[in-house]
Amino acid sequence: MSKKVVDATIPTIPMMARFQRWFGRNLIRVYMVLAFTYLFIPVAYTFAFSFNDSGKSNLIWKGFTLDNWKNPCGAPEVCTALANSIKIGLLATIFSTILGTMIAFAIGRHKFKGRSTSNLLIFLPMATPEIVLGASLLSLFLVFKINPGFWPTVVAHVMFCISFVVVTVKARIASLDPRLEQAAMDLYANEFQTFRRVTLPLVAPGIAGAALLAFSLSFDDFIITNFNSGTVSTFPKFVYTAAARGIPAQANVIGSGMFFLALAIVIAGQFVNRRKAR
Amino acid sequence: MSFDASSARGDLILTRITKEYGDFKAVDDLTLTIPKGSFFALLGPSGCGKTTTLRMIAGLEEPTVGSIHLGETDITTTKPYQRPINTVFQNYALFPHLTIFENIAFGLRRRGIKDVDAAVNKVLNLVELPHLAGRKPTQLSGGQQQRIALARAIVNRPALLLLDEPLGALDLKLRRQMQIELKWIQKEVGLTFVHVTHDQEEAMTMADTIAVMNEGQIEQMGSPAELYDNPETAFVANFLGQSNLIKGTISGNDGDSIIADLYGQKISLPKKRSHAVDNSIYAGIRPEKFRISLLNTPVSGNVLSGGHIEDVSYIGVSTQYQVAMPWGQELIVFEQNDDGVAPFNKGDAVNISWEPIFTFALRGDEDVTAGSEVNPEVLDEE
Repeated sequence: MSKKVVDATIPTIPMMARFQRWFGRNLIRVYMVLAFTYLFIPVAYTFAFSFNDSGKSNLIWKGFTLDNWKNPCGAPEVCTALANSIKIGLLATIFSTILGTMIAFAIGRHKFKGRSTSNLLIFLPMATPEIVLGASLLSLFLVFKINPGFWPTVVAHVMFCISFVVVTVKARIASLDPRLEQAAMDLYANEFQTFRRVTLPLVAPGIAGAALLAFSLSFDDFIITNFNSGTVSTFPKFVYTAAARGIPAQANVIGSGMFFLALAIVIAGQFVNRRKAR
Repeated sequence: MSFDASSARGDLILTRITKEYGDFKAVDDLTLTIPKGSFFALLGPSGCGKTTTLRMIAGLEEPTVGSIHLGETDITTTKPYQRPINTVFQNYALFPHLTIFENIAFGLRRRGIKDVDAAVNKVLNLVELPHLAGRKPTQLSGGQQQRIALARAIVNRPALLLLDEPLGALDLKLRRQMQIELKWIQKEVGLTFVHVTHDQEEAMTMADTIAVMNEGQIEQMGSPAELYDNPETAFVANFLGQSNLIKGTISGNDGDSIIADLYGQKISLPKKRSHAVDNSIYAGIRPEKFRISLLNTPVSGNVLSGGHIEDVSYIGVSTQYQVAMPWGQELIVFEQNDDGVAPFNKGDAVNISWEPIFTFALRGDEDVTAGSEVNPEVLDEE
């Protein structure tokens, strides 16, 4: 008997079928690339045009320059507006995080009369259209003879940030095993020590997330700020006003800067978490 | 009133403790003394109130009525952190954000103990995990976490160590190993251990004294052997192992024995094992105490005749028989496979015999199924 040659007639798969198979296997990747493109084109555009040698209006690409990055305060008022936004953002973050965390603990941990009502009411500012909130806050301030400006803006921001802080921190508290606190008490930690040594460290990531969220909400806010800030300029207000006569490239620089700062914070957070887990 | 009771030592005394949640009585007028230095088990099915009792001892719940004393000190209303009592929680409750070392050091640091390092290292050696000091709890296996939870509690040298279903989350093999280790550690450190479990085998293996709980009350308390050989209620007879309970009436006395009539057949049983209140009884015999014999074989002791082998199951060390009796009841018999006697076959006409001292008697108005429907392996948490 002669040796049988191993079947050499492996059928060639037609081109079309092969493509279909590849597509089927890589569908999720294709989708991912498309989705991220959609998400990041505006960011990439903003970043690219921060290097535009634009002159007055930053609409048409006129050439590459680093001048805008070297001198981010170059456009008139842009840094005053930025400073105001950061100040308002930090104050709003501090107050809303403290108040919101306390509310979250009250709702998440204690049974009291009106608990479920408070739980519901906390969502209300999130559900109310900002334009309505902004307008009614303004009339409220005016009724009490308080002129719009820096502090009314801070108060308004604290108000709408609290809801988001409560929701974020409450979720973290809900996932906390009450037995851990009982174990701490069992191991000679009094109420305060239990809170400081066990509860707070375990809820801290939630509080930090809530603070970041509050800051970005405050920093970003235009509608409510526009009603209540009077003559005080913030970064969103500056960009909005500037849009009429051409947004300076410095706005792109600051926008890109904020984006990379946020990215850095997220990456650092991930890094710290991973180290902690090890 | 709350004050620091951390130096209290002595027996733990629960006096007429009741704990109500709304209309539900989790613990009902419970009085109990746990002697210093003992390994004490609270055994019962899910919802019997054993965990609630433990939580009241720990200070995590306050009794509705009653008092808790540790030696001379009333600790009923003291805070958990003011009691010299530590708990090994079900699922361990190790602090996930702290290292193993810091977990164990937690109690020492709160009390301001000086030489934390030495104490922690010593207890890590005791549980044989010194190499894990720098790890986080999530990086440990279940068995390792269990030992760390134990180390975290005993490092404080409490007057009382509470164990809440400490082995429930481990697999069978590891559970067996930890049972032996726990017992050894208890002897080694000489602390009072109070162990809550629904696993009768676990309680019998480890505890000096077992209190069987049912519906918020203690059914019976005693050494494992006492509870097994001389149960006072149908619940205990069924919850700890299996029992054959046969209806009968007391027909007379014979010195230290009682003569009872079981469906027309006379048997005798020791007086001190009778918990009957009138003439109506259930005679109880453990399945492994029975002997089966063919009709023509001479037998001694108590004999019930007229049985037929209904079912035979071979289970290695023993063979389990179901024997149908003339009055319609099926008795369970475990025969050791050690005597070289050929096993009986289905349909054989047999007599059942046993030594009279192995008989106990329960009240005739008992619910014979009490404690037997609950499957302790399945029901886990309260």
